[in-house]
This record gives sequence, C-alpha cells and structure tokens, in this order.
Amino acid sequence: MSLLDVRDVTIRFGGVTALANVSFSVEPGEIFAIVGPNGAGKSTLFNLISRFCEPEAGEVRLDGASILDRRPADMASLGIARTFQNIDLFETSTVLQNLLIGRHTRRRASFASQAVFSPAARREEIAHREAVERVIDFLDLHASREQRIAGLPYGTRKVVEVGRALAMEPRIVLLDEPASGLSTEESRDMQFWISDIRAELGITILMVEHDMGLVSAVSDRVLVLAEGRVIALGTPAEVQSHPEVLHAFLGIDREPEA
Amino acid sequence: MRVSFKTSYNHDIRLFADGYQASRYAALVVLAVGLPFVLDDFLIGEVTGVLIWAIAGMGLMLLTGHAGQVSLGHAAFLAVGCYAHAILMDRFGLPFLASFALAGVLTGIVGVLIAIPVFRLHGIYLAIATLALSMLVEDIIVLAEPWTGGVIGLTAPTITIGGIDMDRFGSPDRFYWLCLAVVLLITLGYRNILRAPLGRAFVAIRDSEVSAQAMGVRLAWTKAAAFGLSCLITGWAGALLGHFFYTFNHEVFTVVVSIQLLLMIVIGGIGSIHGAFYGALVVGMIPQAINIGRDWITQVIGTGGVAIPGLETGVFGLILVLFILFEPQGVHGRITKWRIYFELFPFYRRDLFRRQRSYLKTERIR
Repeated sequence: MSLLDVRDVTIRFGGVTALANVSFSVEPGEIFAIVGPNGAGKSTLFNLISRFCEPEAGEVRLDGASILDRRPADMASLGIARTFQNIDLFETSTVLQNLLIGRHTRRRASFASQAVFSPAARREEIAHREAVERVIDFLDLHASREQRIAGLPYGTRKVVEVGRALAMEPRIVLLDEPASGLSTEESRDMQFWISDIRAELGITILMVEHDMGLVSAVSDRVLVLAEGRVIALGTPAEVQSHPEVLHAFLGIDREPEA
Repeated sequence: MRVSFKTSYNHDIRLFADGYQASRYAALVVLAVGLPFVLDDFLIGEVTGVLIWAIAGMGLMLLTGHAGQVSLGHAAFLAVGCYAHAILMDRFGLPFLASFALAGVLTGIVGVLIAIPVFRLHGIYLAIATLALSMLVEDIIVLAEPWTGGVIGLTAPTITIGGIDMDRFGSPDRFYWLCLAVVLLITLGYRNILRAPLGRAFVAIRDSEVSAQAMGVRLAWTKAAAFGLSCLITGWAGALLGHFFYTFNHEVFTVVVSIQLLLMIVIGGIGSIHGAFYGALVVGMIPQAINIGRDWITQVIGTGGVAIPGLETGVFGLILVLFILFEPQGVHGRITKWRIYFELFPFYRRDLFRRQRSYLKTERIR
C-alpha cells in the first residue's frame, strides 16, 4: 500500500481552480518530486497535505486513513514534516532551539514537571538534545548551533529548516523548493542531503523543486503540474521528453526532429 | 573575555552558564535578603512594591514577551487575584498560604476561560478585546458590592504564617521577605518553563504560528496555557498588591494600570525575565524620582509647591518613546550591550547587534 495517496483532489480559490482532479500516490522510501511552472498548484498541494487548506473534492490518505479531518498541528504526530518555500523559522531563537521545536510532539513531561524541571523533565530534555545533535551532525550545522536565525545567511537558514523537519523524525518530509535561492555549491550540498535523508534515515521525500538538474539527480518519480492539472507522471527521463511537458515549460508544440 | 566551555548536555540545560554567573545571582539574592537590615521601613516598602510589580511584570512578560499575545487588560487579572484572595481569607476563613495559592489558581482559570473566546484574535484586536475586559472588570467590581465592597472597597486581612505576623505595616521586613520568596519561586518556575518544551512552544507561536503548527504545536492549547500561566502569576501579584495597598477598591485596577504594566515590560526589555525586573524598577522609581525632582525645583525656584498636572504620565510617555526610538530592546538590551562591550573590549563592533535583514518575508497562510 502506498504511504501517501492523493485522489481526485480539486481546490478552488474563488474563481481560480488551483488543483483540478489531481491524483498520485507516494510509495514508502520514494523521492517524489513535483514540478511545474509558477501558479501550477504545487504549494497548494503541499498546503493541502499539511492541512492548511481544504479541498473541494477528493481524498488524501496516509497509510490508507483519511487525513482530511485532521488539523495542521496533528500532522507532525502523524509523521509528516514540512519546510516552507520562503523559510519560516523562529527568527529570534537559536538554531538549536529551532531544532528542538521539531521535537515538540515527542515531549512527555507534564506541565508541573516542566515548571519544577524534575529529573524526568531533565532526562527528557537530554534525550531530545541528543536527537537534535544527530541532526546537527547529519547536516553539518555545528558552526551555527548557538546562533540566532536572524543573523544567519540564507543558505544556512534553508538547511536549518530541513533540520527542523528532520528533528521530528518524520516518515515523510515535504520539502518546498529546498534549493531555491541557493548557490550552485549549496544546491549540490542540498542534493546530497536529500539523497542521504532517504538512504541513511529512511525518510520518504516529497518535494517541490524548479531546479530540473536537482530533480533528475535525486528523484525516483516526477509529477508535472500545469494550471492545476497533472500533465505527466513518471521517471525524470520519461517526464522530460513528454510532449505536454515540453509544451508547458518550453512552449514547444511538437517533438523536435532528431 | 570569558569562554564557557561546555562538556555535557546538562551543561547547556542548567540554570546558569557557569560558576561566575551563578555566583553573581547568588550575590544578588544575598543582597536582596539582607536589604531590610540596611534600609528603613519606608524604603523597604518601596522595594516591596517594586518586587510585586516585578511579579505582575513577569505575568505579562510570559504572555506578551514570550507567547507574543499582547494584553492591555492585565489589571483585570490583578483585580481578580486581589479580590479572590481577600474574599477567600475574610469570608471563607482560609489561612494565608492556602488562600494565596488558590487565588492565583482561580485567576489562572479565569484567564483560560477568557483565552478560549479571544484566542482567535491577533495583535491589535486581541489588545482591544483585553482592554475592554479591563474596563469591564472595573465595573463588575463596583456592581458586585456584596462581595467586593463596591466603591468603598475592601481592607486586606492580616497575614500570619505559622503564628508569625507578616503584615505590611506591622512588620514590613517580614512582608518584604515573603514577597521576595514569592518572586524567587516564580522566577525559578518561569525559567524552568522557558527551558522546557512549553517555553519553546510559546516562543514558536510568537515567531510564526504557521510554522509552529507544522511542528505540531497546538495553537489554541498553547495560547490557553500561556494565558493561564500568565494570569496565575498576575493573580499572585494581585493578591500581594492587596496587602501592599492595605485598602483597595476598583480605582486601584484601572485601565491605566494595564497600560502601565505593558509599558513596564517594553521599557524593561520585551522577551526576557530580566526585563520584567528592570521595568518594575524603572516604573517603581519614577514617581519617587519625580517627587524628589519636584522638591528640588521648588527649592531652586523658591516658590512653594510646583504642581504640574500630568507630569508623571508625561515622563512615562517620554521614556517610552525614547526607548522605542533608541533602544527597542529595553533596559535589558542596553545593559546586555554594555556588558558585552566590556567583555569583548576592545573588539566590540557597533553592528554586533544589528539584525540582518531577512531576504524574504514569511509567507503567511491565513
């Protein structure tokens, strides 16, 4: 059974149809990329899966169970982590504190035991800290561990946001344009991390990305959206030669002659 | 320049970064405990007032400074704590400690009940709703005369703990120590919450609600918890304030007090426990400073009794404007900058604390 199953989803904002009858499913352990021109509905799709917006029709299932009755804050405990296209970190906190927020759903200490900081609360803090340290190791964030987000360069923030999602130890991570705004070098790093997240941590990845180089290097399957409709789904190579994709992206109407 | 070399996770979690910092705070506590031996009764009374305002400031700081929910109605919660405590002791005959604890808890519950309908409001709308609450409570106090004594008000019952008299006027030193103990306990609890998951959740909803939700932080629950805890602390401040004023009526808890509390935490430094204390110090000292200044002006000019109406509010306003313009981080931020200047001397750069411009504004899904 597929891990995440999106069926016939339609979302309209007033007269604009953001998504029309979109269906796809993500298998466990897959790196699944969503590409498409601006306004194709990619971010809407992410917001739907992380429950920030409601579909007009259709169904979204995680492990066969509908998630449409869940609220955004429930998604973390279901194992869905996400990053944001424009980076949405807790600006005034340090990198460490941002990553620790990722552990929020795994907190156990009661209200009172937090207020007196009981030995149990302390043990829990240390356990969270160890989990976060593993993420810091994984993403090489040692140098900025104690720094506030507000003073960090853009590239580092991008990595911190991925780290915050990983600190949750999710089953699926939704990466919203992980490489946008990154330099070539940073983008390469991100590419390795994305494949490592799957290889070493066993986390399924669903990502929106414009950089076709990155997409074809890491992803198993690619979904192409244009104006809210699915126009192609397949391996990166298949998708890149699909006539409708060429039309949507390059305005080429027929197969170029070989 | 000191370097704190960390060797374990515990090192990062514990209250003080190193022995030097711990000993500074220990010295401060020793100084505070010993203060009654140095100061006379009047001054001790003034310091007690500052301590009580610091408690109230911590209450509002938790809600506004850390959880990011602006309240312009905290005088209402001061009043709830104050009246609940007086009524519990007088009418129900509870001993001081039981009544005190219960008064705080009751105020906390009221806070949660208020939070449930208003938690959907953001920023200025929340401020207006709480402002309305503050006005409402003033009227309720007047109307609920059988319980609150209406416009005449109530007189604070005497405090005895274990047979020892701790009254404000009878034994100001012991009342001061009582307030100090409450301050220390609340500060410790506050610090603990800040280093625990709950404190991080507060900061998370302050900085980005969308992102906090994606991390699994429940907005309604967390805001209700912030309101509850904030009102618990404010209720305790209110209970002590009743004893401090000895007699009180609705006029003690006006909207002006709510605004003054907010000014206090802004001047002190929003988003830090230190800020609540610095703010209380500034707000507590200004009226005295103005009095002294007024006497001095009278002496210099030679005419008797210069009474300038609205001088106090004017001075408050001026200080606030100056802080917002030149030091948005408040007294705490300014002191931190000075400290770091000396720690790094001569390597301090002017831009050390300048916030780097973020490249993209957060995308809000609302």
